[in-house]
Amino acid sequence: MKKWNLVIDVAACTNCNNCAVATQDEFAGNSFPGYSGPGAPDVRTLDVDRHVRGEGAMVDVHYVPRMCNHCDDAPCMKVGGDAISKRDDGIVIIDPEKGKGRHDLVDACPYGAIKWNDAEQLPQNWIFDAHLIDQGWTEPRAAHVCPTRALRALKLEDAEMSALAQAEGLAVLKPELNTGPRVYYRNLGPALSQFIGGNVTADGGNVEGADVRLLRDGKEIAATETDAFGDFRFDQVANGSAGYSLHAKRDGQGAGQVDIEGAVETSRVVTVVLN
Amino acid sequence: MRKAKLKVILAALPRIMGVARRMNPAFERHLRSGGGVIQVRLKDNSVARHYIFRDGAISTSAGLHAQPDVDIAFHDAGVALQFLKPDADQGDIIHFIKNYLVEMNGDDTVAVWFSGLVNTMQSGMWKQGTKMPDGTHRFVTNTNGGPLFVYVKDGRIVRTCPIDLAEDDPESWSVEARGKSFKPYRQSMVNVHALATKSLVYSDRRLLYPMKRVDFDPNGERNPQNRGKSGYERISWDEALDIVAGEVTRQKQTYGPGSITVLHGAHHQMGNVGYWLSSLMRFSNILGAPMQMFSPISWEGWYWGAMHHYGNSLRLGLPGAYGTMEDCMQECDMIVFWSSDPEATSGLYAGGEGSQRRLWAKELGIQFVHIDPHFNSTAQMLGGKWLPVRPTTDSALAQAIMHVWITEGLYDKDFVERCTTGFDEWKAYILGEEDGVAKTPEWQEVETGIPAKDVISLARLWGTKKTYLSAGGLGTGFGGACRAATGQQWARNMILLMAMQGWGKPGVNFGNMQCGVPLDLLPYFPGYAEGGISGDVTKNAGFINNYVRMPHVVTMNSASQRIPRERSSEVVTTGSASYYAWDGSAMEQQFGEISYPSPGQSRPHMIYQYGASSFGTTMDSSRLIKMHRDPSIDMVVSQAIWQEGETQFADIILPACTVVERPDISEVCGCAGFAHHNQNQVNHRMVVMQHKCIEPLGESKSDYRIFADILTRLGFGAMFTEGCDELDWCKRVFESSDLPSYISWSEFLKKGYVVLPPQAPETRDPVEMRWFYEGRKKETPEPHPLPSDYKTGFLEGLQTQSGKIEFLPNSLKRGDPDNPERPVLNRYVPAWEGRHSGDLAKAYPLQLVSSHPRYSFHTQADGKSGPINAIEDHRMRADGHDYWVVRMNSEDARERGLAQRDLVKLYNERAAVICAVDVSPLVARGSLKTFESCAEFDFIEDADGNIVDRGGCMNLLTPSRTQAKGTSSIAPNSCLVQAEKWSGLWGRNDEKMESGDRRRRVHELQ
Repeated sequence: MKKWNLVIDVAACTNCNNCAVATQDEFAGNSFPGYSGPGAPDVRTLDVDRHVRGEGAMVDVHYVPRMCNHCDDAPCMKVGGDAISKRDDGIVIIDPEKGKGRHDLVDACPYGAIKWNDAEQLPQNWIFDAHLIDQGWTEPRAAHVCPTRALRALKLEDAEMSALAQAEGLAVLKPELNTGPRVYYRNLGPALSQFIGGNVTADGGNVEGADVRLLRDGKEIAATETDAFGDFRFDQVANGSAGYSLHAKRDGQGAGQVDIEGAVETSRVVTVVLN
Repeated sequence: MRKAKLKVILAALPRIMGVARRMNPAFERHLRSGGGVIQVRLKDNSVARHYIFRDGAISTSAGLHAQPDVDIAFHDAGVALQFLKPDADQGDIIHFIKNYLVEMNGDDTVAVWFSGLVNTMQSGMWKQGTKMPDGTHRFVTNTNGGPLFVYVKDGRIVRTCPIDLAEDDPESWSVEARGKSFKPYRQSMVNVHALATKSLVYSDRRLLYPMKRVDFDPNGERNPQNRGKSGYERISWDEALDIVAGEVTRQKQTYGPGSITVLHGAHHQMGNVGYWLSSLMRFSNILGAPMQMFSPISWEGWYWGAMHHYGNSLRLGLPGAYGTMEDCMQECDMIVFWSSDPEATSGLYAGGEGSQRRLWAKELGIQFVHIDPHFNSTAQMLGGKWLPVRPTTDSALAQAIMHVWITEGLYDKDFVERCTTGFDEWKAYILGEEDGVAKTPEWQEVETGIPAKDVISLARLWGTKKTYLSAGGLGTGFGGACRAATGQQWARNMILLMAMQGWGKPGVNFGNMQCGVPLDLLPYFPGYAEGGISGDVTKNAGFINNYVRMPHVVTMNSASQRIPRERSSEVVTTGSASYYAWDGSAMEQQFGEISYPSPGQSRPHMIYQYGASSFGTTMDSSRLIKMHRDPSIDMVVSQAIWQEGETQFADIILPACTVVERPDISEVCGCAGFAHHNQNQVNHRMVVMQHKCIEPLGESKSDYRIFADILTRLGFGAMFTEGCDELDWCKRVFESSDLPSYISWSEFLKKGYVVLPPQAPETRDPVEMRWFYEGRKKETPEPHPLPSDYKTGFLEGLQTQSGKIEFLPNSLKRGDPDNPERPVLNRYVPAWEGRHSGDLAKAYPLQLVSSHPRYSFHTQADGKSGPINAIEDHRMRADGHDYWVVRMNSEDARERGLAQRDLVKLYNERAAVICAVDVSPLVARGSLKTFESCAEFDFIEDADGNIVDRGGCMNLLTPSRTQAKGTSSIAPNSCLVQAEKWSGLWGRNDEKMESGDRRRRVHELQ
């Protein structure tokens, strides 16, 4: 049995919001019996989270579109009763009739993906545009309008999807909950971790091509070289991890070392002076 | 013989119409919507017949009628036969009309009705759109953010979607670069504001009925002082049109020519027929109502500054982009984005088309640098080195880069020698030999905040790698730093940087993968700047192709004066102003000062407002309140789609419909004129039949119909319409273009779009400036400059006096030699409102940058209770209100006790605006980043007349001063403000509560 999955490439998301607004357009003033009641201008069943890292002039931003994960072991279904059902193709639907007034369902989702439509008194999720899929659409509107194709809808056997997730290094949100999300992410790592980066200088100038090593508890764990601006960056440092130090050197310009104080709760940007 | 034939044809008309009634429901509807006696004859009465249309019945008799409503007289039978042919030559028809070979006299209403009836015999049979299996009908429209399929069911829009190209649409181009092959997605990528179209149509802010301000009595007390305060009452269209038409006549008789002033924004909904340069210009010309003179708002620094160094006046000083996408992919090592955020501005009109291509640049390993006070959307997407420059100081950075190049020999000496003049003087200035100040990296650090060492690194990289300079949103200029006190300096330096690096050599050009797509740009379809149906041949680019290709009645305004947009409030309140013109025909056109009013013409006494959100787009815009309330203004008419901005200041409101409620036609991203070949940003050239997808909501009408109705009351209806409704005009535009070589009219109407095939690789356009770099004649396909502006021979050299890039422009030496604010030698002069502004900078220490918005197209799609409001990077909700977002550096926020999403009052001596604050390290310290152009103006006034707005009108805060004397140029990005936490006392202001009630009352009325 092939089922629907969504694969989101965080590196290709530019926060254009086409996915969110196309989804709102689909339900604005439209009711699809058995699938969904009308939406509302302030209800975004598909939203985009921003993750900002860094300080000074070394910063980066990652955008993570979030929506109903269509979990295979959906926590919402445990409390939803007959208001929530999972289709054979993997899509989770909140019944717009039976769900009426069920504000409790909003809290049932550990991902915050069920939104409350106050005007309609309805809990609403992103339904993968199941009503369109059933008419022959091959992707939901959110994927259709993405200018960088950061969203891909895939109808695959579960085994095929697992293999793909393995091959492409895909991740899911909050894997520790074991909810079996059907929404996967590429390049999610940077959004959920920190970096240690900075600048190598000598005699007041940037040092290009300096050899920079990241050590943890005195043991080298990564190495890189500074760019033309003397900048370097070690990505995907686990949140809250500690014990790091940086060693930099360049032939003829000396060496330098900086210890990263404390736990890395936010990304660190340091200057390493060679002498 | 001819007369006999004519008699037969005239006698047969009722029978033909009888058939039409049975086959053509639209004809039947039109027939029943009017009536009258129409008489057709030869001037000598040797042939005459009249027709009586009454209550849907048609009768006819030979001979003259005693009292025809409309009399149509042909010069002779030959003219009549040519005129009445089913596919008559439009050129002939216009010739007959203009030269009195056919004359139509009588009741204008009946004449317009009868013309429509005749046209409907054909147009009523046209099939539009495609029936879909799910029971919807698929129409097509075009927007400022790309084209859409519009799915309609039961007269209501269900959804709007981007257009996926069909298999039988032409194949896409492909580009080979560095061993890889690239092809664009076969979809027309749109912006989020395009996808908001349905929500805009059904917005609760729509104006659905004509309205009159309750205390406005055209025959008694007009109470101008209450504009923006008192409420409205619903009136009928007849009443509204009578009031407006009556006032037009009264104005002309009371004040003479020129007193009726048309005010409007710079943009309109996309469409060649309905655009302001089209229908509105035709209306204003026939009415004798002067239109505004804009400054080149988004081009400023390039027009008033950069062009003097190298020409391109017909592009308002912006470089072209031919062939640059492929050159960039194949040759370039690095792109320097300088005040450039194409992901936010979509280039200009290009939807999401450029994003995929910029990701190709990343994939190809091209390096990126971003010079901007904001780590902007493009920087966020591509990554790279960020140089957070202080607003308005960019020129110091540019000069320091040149200092490194000169001292380290990192520039193209051969190119400078061959292709430029004045370099020695420029070099002496940069090295400090001329003024004693060397423009070193250390010197600039004090100004810009960019460490000297980073400038040295950048200059060395740039001097040794093939670099594309992406200046402004298009990469070839547009927006950003060119709109500041130092805007001209900056744009001038952008040209000078390229002059030192061999502009035109492989891999060295302006761009950012947004423009220069390998399309076939040569097949002709007019852009909106070509004037559409205006008939005007002086105030748009219509004379180049449009007037020749689409014969139509020429129109010209006897009230020739133009009110300068940025000075409109001074004009109204003081009666006069002077300004410098926007005229790109030659570099020297901008030097002449123009006075308003023109001798013998009147100052404004009536404002005809078209569209209604200039509070969001005019500098220091609280000036507009005084303008609207000035006692010299007898009437303010607002013709608008939505209740927004300045609609609340009108005496009479005329409700217009959106573009999906009326027919129109346009090319995606096609503006032409000063943005020649602007569509070279899209992946597939596409022309769209903009269907009338649904009936106009409420009693709203198309702009064209409103104009026609007003002019019909004044007897100009037939002249305005030429007997055509908008769909007839669409057909005339279609036929004027090269489209008939690609698709038939009936197929185009049905399908709704046509894709024009791209160039084959072997016929692609040569790369911009390659000819110049390699010393050949000009070979890029643009009619620029004017032939007379070449110096040594046709197509030889640039437009400048020397034909070369001039470090010290001869045009400035001739036209404006002693202007310290725009010196011939492009000195670094700090902004007149900036960190050097003494006490002002102490009181208002933050520099506000308000750039072109990302999620709305200027004001369009902002507000209006739609989903755009729910985008947190656009507006943030607090206490049920959607506040405009201002981005602030984390340190600046901490100093002020501000946290994410807090409400903050931004203020200076001009006004105060309440915003929601977005706190992050993504903005340089001391800078604030926001977007310009909100559509909302939601204000209170304190006892002293100070304005506090919570609509997000950032332009209430910006200075109205021109960038430099000798120019009329906006400088919103030189703006000092202070920020403090807002205590949220809004609801306590009684007057505001009342005006809030007023807005609600307007909607209850509907």
